[in-house]
Amino acid sequence: MTEVFKMDAPATDRRLDDMVQGLVGAPLDRPEGPLKVTGQATYANEWQVENMAHGVMVRAPGPSGRVVLSNRDDVAAMPGVLAVIQDERLLRNPAQGKANEAPVQGPHHAAYMGQLIAVVVAETFEQARHAAQSVKVTLENAEVVAVTSDTAAVEPQESKTLDQGDLETAMREAAHTVDATYTTPSHSSTPMEPHASIATWEGEDLILRGSYQMLKYNRNELADSLGIHPDRVRMLAPYVGGGFGSKLGIAPEAVAAAIAAREVGRPVSVALHRQQVYEATMRRSDTRQRIRLAADAEGRLIGLGHDALVSNLPGETFAEPVLQASHFLYAGANRKMSMDLARVHRLCCGSVRAPGEAVGVTVFESAMDELAQQIGMDPVELRRRNIPDKDPESGKPFSSRRFEDALDSGAKIFGWADRPGVKERREGEWLIGYGMASAARVNVLMESQARVTLTPQGTARVETDMTDIGTGTYAILGQIAGDMLGLPRDAVEVVLGDTSLPPAAGSGGSWGASSSGTSVYLACQAIRQQLAERLEVSENDLTLKDGRATFDNQTRGLADILQNDEIVKLGHVEAGETSEAVRQATFGAYFAEVAVHAATGETRVRRMHGTFAAGRILNAKTARSQCLGGMTFGIGMALTEELAFDPRDGHVANHNLAEYHIPVNADVPQLTVELLEERDDWANPMQAKGIGELGICGAGAAILNAIYNATGVRVRDYPATLDKVIAGM
Amino acid sequence: MRPFDYSRASSTADAAQQAAGGGTFIAGGTNLLDLMKLEVMAPDKLIDINRLDLSQIEETSDGGLRIGALVSNSDLANDTRVRRDWPVLSRALLAGASGQLRNKATTGGNLLQRTRCLYFYDRATPCNKRDPGSGCAAREGFNRILAVLGTSEHCIATHPSDMAVAMRVLDAEVETLKQDGETRRLTLDALYLLPGDHPERETVLEPGELITAVVLPAPIKDAQQTYRKVRDRASYAFALVSVAGIVGLKDGRISHADLAFGGLAPKPWRNAEVEELLIGETPSETLFDKAADILLAEAQGYGANDFKIPLARRTLVSVLNELTKEASA
Ligand SMILES: Cc1cc2nc3c(=O)[nH]c(=O)nc-3n(C[C@H](O)[C@H](O)[C@H](O)COP(=O)(O)OP(=O)(O)OC[C@H]3O[C@@H](n4cnc5c(N)ncnc54)[C@H](O)[C@@H]3O)c2cc1C
Ligand code: SF4
Repeated sequence: MTEVFKMDAPATDRRLDDMVQGLVGAPLDRPEGPLKVTGQATYANEWQVENMAHGVMVRAPGPSGRVVLSNRDDVAAMPGVLAVIQDERLLRNPAQGKANEAPVQGPHHAAYMGQLIAVVVAETFEQARHAAQSVKVTLENAEVVAVTSDTAAVEPQESKTLDQGDLETAMREAAHTVDATYTTPSHSSTPMEPHASIATWEGEDLILRGSYQMLKYNRNELADSLGIHPDRVRMLAPYVGGGFGSKLGIAPEAVAAAIAAREVGRPVSVALHRQQVYEATMRRSDTRQRIRLAADAEGRLIGLGHDALVSNLPGETFAEPVLQASHFLYAGANRKMSMDLARVHRLCCGSVRAPGEAVGVTVFESAMDELAQQIGMDPVELRRRNIPDKDPESGKPFSSRRFEDALDSGAKIFGWADRPGVKERREGEWLIGYGMASAARVNVLMESQARVTLTPQGTARVETDMTDIGTGTYAILGQIAGDMLGLPRDAVEVVLGDTSLPPAAGSGGSWGASSSGTSVYLACQAIRQQLAERLEVSENDLTLKDGRATFDNQTRGLADILQNDEIVKLGHVEAGETSEAVRQATFGAYFAEVAVHAATGETRVRRMHGTFAAGRILNAKTARSQCLGGMTFGIGMALTEELAFDPRDGHVANHNLAEYHIPVNADVPQLTVELLEERDDWANPMQAKGIGELGICGAGAAILNAIYNATGVRVRDYPATLDKVIAGM
Repeated sequence: MRPFDYSRASSTADAAQQAAGGGTFIAGGTNLLDLMKLEVMAPDKLIDINRLDLSQIEETSDGGLRIGALVSNSDLANDTRVRRDWPVLSRALLAGASGQLRNKATTGGNLLQRTRCLYFYDRATPCNKRDPGSGCAAREGFNRILAVLGTSEHCIATHPSDMAVAMRVLDAEVETLKQDGETRRLTLDALYLLPGDHPERETVLEPGELITAVVLPAPIKDAQQTYRKVRDRASYAFALVSVAGIVGLKDGRISHADLAFGGLAPKPWRNAEVEELLIGETPSETLFDKAADILLAEAQGYGANDFKIPLARRTLVSVLNELTKEASA
């Protein structure tokens, strides 16, 4: 048995700083990159499995009623059709992240339009698609159900309520107040790779090739959905073409593929098409958020309030956690927060690109800009003044927090000092404005395991069921192992995405790199320990580099030390007391310059900068890429992105990439990123924190604040499409 | 996608012949294939016209251009003659779709592309254009991108093409070949129908009538041209409002004013009264506002697209300002 390392005390030894291979932190390319850009990385639906049949799913044409396939027999008789399946076990919606069990199941009752209520299996994909499109679905006894939060039943979330001090009095007595309500629309993850699974049964054992983010949970969710033991399920997801939260939990296509494969006695592939990705995976909840700020004459907050309305399907407990960072980002003695959950018959809400802070911090940072404007204070200074010395609610200390440094450094790099006054700068028909916002995201450590093998040939293999969803897991795990074991990066092989390997934290919540990285670190540490024992030296005195060990003034090669043995160690980390003892989060600041067309209200981001502090940076290139991606999503959130719902039946009207507007290259100007040097001893033994989502948490506000600076128009309903801008001009 | 027959046409006459029994031409396929995958269009027979000799851009005897129906949007946009003498067309093309799509999309296909109304693409919703008589889901639905001019109670869809707006302002004409071998020439105004009671009928083309070319008249001298496209993101989005303008000034007065509009109506829109108002006048904000009054006198919003009315006004005024400033410079 390997020991489980619990993160109970700060890791002040900072061992990675002692390593000499020079890999951790270096801006190395992703090793699998060439495979991906040359089409050689095999994604889920690209496996050529022998004798495979194809399944296409059928959608519910409305948000309520008993589902009846009225021409089922006709469809079953169509050319090539093998089965028309409406099994009880089909999923109503995907599982939430970390659910570890089946989500709501049952295809016989529609809960939202677009729900996937059957799967048609045929010899070829084209036959299956045509047959699926030919299914006539009727909804019997359909009722009128709420499809928008405005008409829905609302459930207060008592556990999310906070009432500290007396905000009402603070609002009355404050020199300056803001009381403003903002809305953000639903967003779709819409990853490049649509959700797809290929199921193959070997006797009672299921192999599922899928596109998933958190395999150890996904295996249990799939098994539970099917009613079989998890030991019977092996999932493979070596390459995942983006997830952004939508592949955290098992989704309808995987269960449909498994059921169908069993029924037709052949491997079956089920891929969602783009429309189904929009309609039946996960959306980020729409939100309505009221922010109250009470400040004294010097701009010090004496109170703040954050009341939110979010939505989800009946039966789902997930409520977009928009209050998450409001609890700790700023000081203020009087604090009030609440959350209501509206039950609407639209597709399920779940984690999408930084659940909580992505829209929570963004809206809060818009309100902070309104306050700065009212006081007539530099928005950077307003933030600086309100950095709390300890967690303003629990009183716990913060772990590493270079928030103020990020504000200052970001401002300097961007040239914030030259910012124009409101409506002051104009170039022809373009109005120019600057805006800024803070970034904040909670940091978490999750249980994770990895096995590392050191061979006498001077190579190492890292194995874990961790996933790489395009983020750089292959790169960083190899860097950590290479540094710890003194091997060049090329000498380390990283094997991921297979549930037969030690279970990892999975890719989600920005915890993937630090959690799975720590498990690799621990396994390597154990290998170092064993090497040291063999050499009868203290591990601390052992220097490993380029496949050679240096100790006591001598140097020996690994082959020599290991003889013919491999050393195999498992690393296993769990969160411990440091998660409770301190407030752990990542911080940063964004700065944006926009140009708004005076006639048409079109906004173009001209440049944008982000400075971030997220503990030790494991790979400067992949970390930067994450921040660039986050800021790009911020541009989308600010200007273009919105799931548009039909007001009558709640279906996603813009369910394709032409009409669901994520930013395209022309929307994204030169983005610059600065990563501050930081070590967070409380986070994990590598002193690294999550960076995947930080870049989006607040980014959109910098842009809307810049629009205000350019035009004097305060758009409080995201995104700031041109109609909202011209309405104020 | 429903199973279909496929054949390749060897000549324009062959294409027309093959279409006699009822067939659908496929050019770039960038619109048709999408619609076929969704089974919004389900032709029994596809006639591939890509091998026809319709990819030339030739100069006509009166100084115009004859553009073959298969000339790609990319080639047309980058043609040096077009860029020099008909820049509004080049700009409109480059404002449309993406590089990959423009490489595939053809001149004829672009003219005949179907609306982007989201309900038209969704077979679970009623749509008079797709299923005549079933109703119009867009009127009270999500209609942000739909029309405010020229609509009917049965359909409020827009024609989505940018290229067609520029061709309309240039007074281009479409050359066609009918099944019986007869050819004809149609202005864009004559080509497109308004929805009226039959939104499923979008053009006057007869079944199997092949577009062979588009003819541009000689370039207009002493006038500034522009294409202004206003959209929801910087690229790769259809026009919310677009204005194709050709404006000339003489002695401080407007001597030439051709204006066509996209994103507002079921066909590339043009209003002679707007142009007449401008001719002979000195440019001013008041004048431009009056032009917008005329353009939008009958405009009607349907909720989510109400904003297009003020947006069209602002865009028109801005474009006229730009063109008259350039013309006087
Ligand atoms: C994601 C996306 C974004 C886009 N954005 C824009 C945009 O911003 N602006 C814009 O203007 N367009 C845009 N387009 C549309 C694009 O311009 C059209 O799809 C394209 O021009 C169609 O040309 P095609 O040759 O591919 O036509 P096809 O798809 O081959 O044909 C379209 C129709 O025309 C008929 N047809 C084709 N050629 C002939 C002929 N010679 N004679 C008779 N009938 C014919 C076909 O039967 C079919 O009905 C976009 C398309 C997509 C998919
Ligand atoms: S606007 Fe026209 S195309 Fe759109 S749903 Fe109505 S009838 Fe159909």
